[in-house]
Parts: sequence; C-alpha cells; structure tokens
Amino acid sequence: METIKIQGSEDTPKIILDAANEILEISGRSLPEDVSSFYEPVLNWLTEYTENPNKKTIFNFKLTYFNTASSKLLLDILMKLEEMHEKGQEVLIRWHYPEDDEDMAEAGEEYADIVDVPFEQVSY
Amino acid sequence: MDNKKDVKGFLEFVYEFYKSMKAHEITLVYEGEITHQITKAFTSLTESNMSKEDEPNSVQRKVFHVMVECLQNISKHADDFTSNDYLFSGRGIFLVSKGENEYSVTTGNAVENDKIEYLTELLENINRMDKEELKELYKKQMKEGRLSEKGGAGLGFIDIKRKTNKELEYHFLPISDDTSFFLLTSTISRTDN
Repeated sequence: METIKIQGSEDTPKIILDAANEILEISGRSLPEDVSSFYEPVLNWLTEYTENPNKKTIFNFKLTYFNTASSKLLLDILMKLEEMHEKGQEVLIRWHYPEDDEDMAEAGEEYADIVDVPFEQVSY
Repeated sequence: MDNKKDVKGFLEFVYEFYKSMKAHEITLVYEGEITHQITKAFTSLTESNMSKEDEPNSVQRKVFHVMVECLQNISKHADDFTSNDYLFSGRGIFLVSKGENEYSVTTGNAVENDKIEYLTELLENINRMDKEELKELYKKQMKEGRLSEKGGAGLGFIDIKRKTNKELEYHFLPISDDTSFFLLTSTISRTDN
C-alpha cells in the first residue's frame, strides 16, 4: 500500500501513514485553510487500509493544537478506526498530550467518550 | 491631502489614534479582509510576543485558540450573505488588547439584521451553559453538525466559552435598515489559569 508522508507546517500537521512499517501518526498543529481537502487523502488512505489492515493497528495522535474545524475531521478519522474495531480488527488509539496541557488531555477524553475503540492517553 | 494643513491634521489624528490605542492597551488592530494568511500572521505575531514576555503556556494556548476561532468566524461567516457591498465580503475589524490581568480579543463585522435573532439566541444559549453542558454540546455538534462550504463547523463560539470560561460579550449597532455591526469580545485571564 502507498505510504503517505506530509511534512508539518505552522498550520498543518505532520502526517505519516506507513502500513509496511506500521507507523500511523498525526502530529503538530492543525488549522489548515481548507480542512476537508487537507484530510481527504488521510480518510481515503484509511478506507483502503481497512480492506487489508495489519494484524494490529496503532494510531498515534500527537497534536499540540487543532482548531474547531479540524476537530470534526479528527472525529471522522477516529470513526474510521472505530469501524475497524467493530469489524473485529485489533485497533488502538494513542492520544499524546503535553503534560501541562489539560485542554488537550480533555479533548482526548471527549473523543474516547464518542468513539467505541480502545483508547490510551499518553502524557509527555 | 493636497495641502500642508490637511497633512498636519492627518498626522495629528494618527497621534490621537496612537494615544487611544495605548490608553486601551491595544496591541494589535486590523481592518480589512480576514484571510487565512492574515490569521497565520496575527497568531504567530501574538505568539512570539507572548513568548518573549514569558506568558505562561496555558495563557498562550488560550489566546491562540480564541484568536483563531474569532478570525475564522469572520472569514467563514462575514460573507454569508447576498450583498455586494464591500462591508460584507469577509471583512471586519480585529483587535487584541493586553491588560494587567487579561487579554481581550475583539472582532466586529457587518451582519444582516435577520441574523441578529439567531446569533443572540446562539450566544445566550452558550452563555447560560455550564462546563459540563458545553462539553456535551460540543460533542453533539461535532458528531451531528456538518461542515459548511467554507469549512465552518459551528463550534467556534462554544470553544471560545470553554477555553476562556467567561461569558461571550457582544453588541449589535445599526449600520442601515438592513444591516448591523456585530461586535464580540472574549477575555482570557492572565492570572487564574
């Protein structure tokens, strides 16, 4: 499967979707000018990945900031992972947050409430 | 400005303007079209100023959040209507002020009068809600709401109230029979974070 690597910038996150090396990660800041088109390749990649996933899928979120428009697209990503979990595939979300950032920790808790998928909070 | 007297008058106005900015502790003011580039420039400028001044991380993050949502409110909603008037095409005024105890982020943009009732209800509803209710509303809107064509998620006001923990202060001033100027100000405490 094709690997997606997007360099982060001041308003877009770094994204690695590499099935062969089992790295699925979104990190940095997310306030793209057009959230839907920015996240579209990520959602498409996940749809394809779901057809033939690795034995175990760990998805890492390590965001320092995201705007409200991004929050909706992050939920779309989490819902794709929830679908995989519902189909009986092994999925784990790791939500990383800076240890002094209560709001980012809380955002993780909220997502964990909404989607039914194993969810781990990791402070750094 | 075709004669000396006019130039002098203008420069005196600039000085008055400068003094009144100082008196109101305004650190940033802008009038015009709010684009993504403007949003990036203002947030990064404010961020570097706050970091130079050793503002606590939690305050920096809140100011950043509120600025982005306020700016995007204008860029995504200020041109939601039919008029071709320059007033209505994603333009507005944007101010940041820094006092001893708090930052304020203020926006102003023209809205059609028939939006006033909707906006008032929306803001009053958010202002009435406590932390837990706001959290539930945010989750509900994230799940059920749809992104508008311009990428508005209907979450901005909720997020601002949650991040600042303060009521959203707003005011409508008449421009014409059909339109009003919508002002909104959010304050971020520098002390109780």
